[in-house]
Amino acid sequence: MAKLEDRAPAPKGSLNDDIGEEKRLALYRTQVVIREAEQRAYDLFLQNLVKGTSHLSLGQEAVAAGFAGAMRPGDLSFCTYRGHAHTLARGVPIVQVLGELMGRDIGLMRGKGGSMHLTSVEHGVMGSYAIIGAHLPIACGAAWRAQYKGAKDVSVCFFGDGTTNIGAFHEALNFAAVWKLPVVFVCENNLYMEYTPISDVTAVKHPAADRAASYGLPRIVIDGNDADVVYRAAIEAYDKARAGGGPSLIECMTYRYSGHSRADPAKYRPEGELERWKERDPIKLYRERLRAFGVGEDAILRIDAEVKREVDEATEQCKAAAPPALDILTTDVYADGGFAWRN
Amino acid sequence: MAELTYRDAVIRGIAQEMTRDPDVVFIGEDIGKAGGVFKATVGLYDQFGPVRVRDTPISEQAILGAAMGAAMTGLKPIAEIMFSDFIAVCFDYIANEFPKSRYMSNGQVKCPLVVRTGNGGGARFGAQHSQSVENWCMMIPGLKVVAPSSPRDVIGLMAAAVRDPDPVIFFEHKSLYATKGEVPDGEIVDTLGSAKIVRPGKDATILALALMVPRALAAAEKLKSEHGIDCEVIDVRSLVPLDTKTILGSLARTHRLFTVEENPRLCGWGAELVSIAADEAFYDLDGPPVRITTPHIPLPAADLLEDIALPSVERIAERVQRSLQS
Repeated sequence: MAKLEDRAPAPKGSLNDDIGEEKRLALYRTQVVIREAEQRAYDLFLQNLVKGTSHLSLGQEAVAAGFAGAMRPGDLSFCTYRGHAHTLARGVPIVQVLGELMGRDIGLMRGKGGSMHLTSVEHGVMGSYAIIGAHLPIACGAAWRAQYKGAKDVSVCFFGDGTTNIGAFHEALNFAAVWKLPVVFVCENNLYMEYTPISDVTAVKHPAADRAASYGLPRIVIDGNDADVVYRAAIEAYDKARAGGGPSLIECMTYRYSGHSRADPAKYRPEGELERWKERDPIKLYRERLRAFGVGEDAILRIDAEVKREVDEATEQCKAAAPPALDILTTDVYADGGFAWRN
Repeated sequence: MAELTYRDAVIRGIAQEMTRDPDVVFIGEDIGKAGGVFKATVGLYDQFGPVRVRDTPISEQAILGAAMGAAMTGLKPIAEIMFSDFIAVCFDYIANEFPKSRYMSNGQVKCPLVVRTGNGGGARFGAQHSQSVENWCMMIPGLKVVAPSSPRDVIGLMAAAVRDPDPVIFFEHKSLYATKGEVPDGEIVDTLGSAKIVRPGKDATILALALMVPRALAAAEKLKSEHGIDCEVIDVRSLVPLDTKTILGSLARTHRLFTVEENPRLCGWGAELVSIAADEAFYDLDGPPVRITTPHIPLPAADLLEDIALPSVERIAERVQRSLQS
């Protein structure tokens, strides 16, 4: 498993390495989709067209793209409230994500969930969970079902560095390890839990990886800004899970460009830190990777333009879309479709 | 027909459903090889094996979270939380995850699972192993909540809970495990949301749940023999869904309402039922509804103290008699 410290420089020459041109272009496109859609979500906030809260993944695109890009149909994603990226990465249409953020009837859940709860079962996105740590045990349960049924799907659970200090993280890691469940835990270490640096409140340097040994798991830290590195780490972990080798815990070093949520201007960051990370921007880095493999500038620009147009069209479609019908207020509380609690 | 303990009824109820459906699985602390701390799961491990009856670490969040993930993706898990007091350490799943997943996802996510848990007082376990916490669950939209009082209902309601497409919290009463009752042979399947008139009567309606049902019945016999008062006793059985038809129908005949609740006073299920009666059956009532509850205290451990805290047969009878004959 590639570690941050011994990351190899991008190989030159042929596109026909283990990843290949088609996958690389897909990984690039996914990252651009996330970048453009997240930036648009932010712009729509400023226009007061997105209400409530929102937690963006600007700067963290490679983690979502790499892990989703390595999944097979049927693999399951469990996300946090910072889940737009992972939802988009599974192929959920941009219009449904933006529509949900804008509280429109065309939204993924018709406005009943909102930004923090994006869910698309048909795409394998089994929910975005807004209570820190809650979804790690839930991902264990989905993996337990796969193990019980002899199915070969993998449950992939994404969370931030802050999650490593809550009880459910430790319960889930032990549970998954003891039961040898086909689950992959992905920690996106963006250096800040919410406003406070994770290093200020954590006993170890790497909040996820340095705990892995407690659960008999190997210590894995990777460059979360390099989609190739992420993709390869994902493949290795998924193969292990499918082969009955049990869980993996992977800590991805990355950085979020915006604050924790829209209410946070992120003034706590030391001067120059953001700029330093932007030098290793995942999309910039991946463009260089594509060029190094001989992809022409026109192909890159074509993807950029296509995605930009998709996001523009989705935005206009959402702006024109109807609000949800008011009668959905009381639907789907119970399985009978309604909310009746008495006769 | 056979006589069975409430404890053995739990075993038979789980076994009935696990035999019927291979997707029913059972997890919890000490439930497998050890047969459960209340011996209410003895034999299931041997009968169904370590893959379907699986011991867990002491990790209540992992237990409930895993049950949810399995339920969302196609299994029908039964998860045990040993003492219902421990629901507090995994309340996120009860309050935020199980019941909201379907709604938030606009109907995409399903959560058909059962959490069974040992509830209630009488065992001298003190304040953190004796509570009646069904009200904690009753107030949450999206959950169903049942609490059987007899061996037959344990089996029938367990079947109904396992077959239900919604998350069900199944409260077994610890002080009922050793009690016995007649149970018919063969498969027993009940329905959630049906109260049961366990003693017909004409002078007053007494609503009770779980351990309070046999106490209300004993009080009713005492009231009949000592004061000639003929009480109707209703076992509410299911708090959500709630069978208000049976309850309001009884009230229309008896015109007086009493609730017997093991929970501390504030926000007990009886308060909701009194509110419904006030709203919808006010003119049926000949006197104020009366709630007989545990005082608003943590439960003490000493036997004498615990006995005066929980509603007793004597206290129930005295309170009903005082209300009806004053």
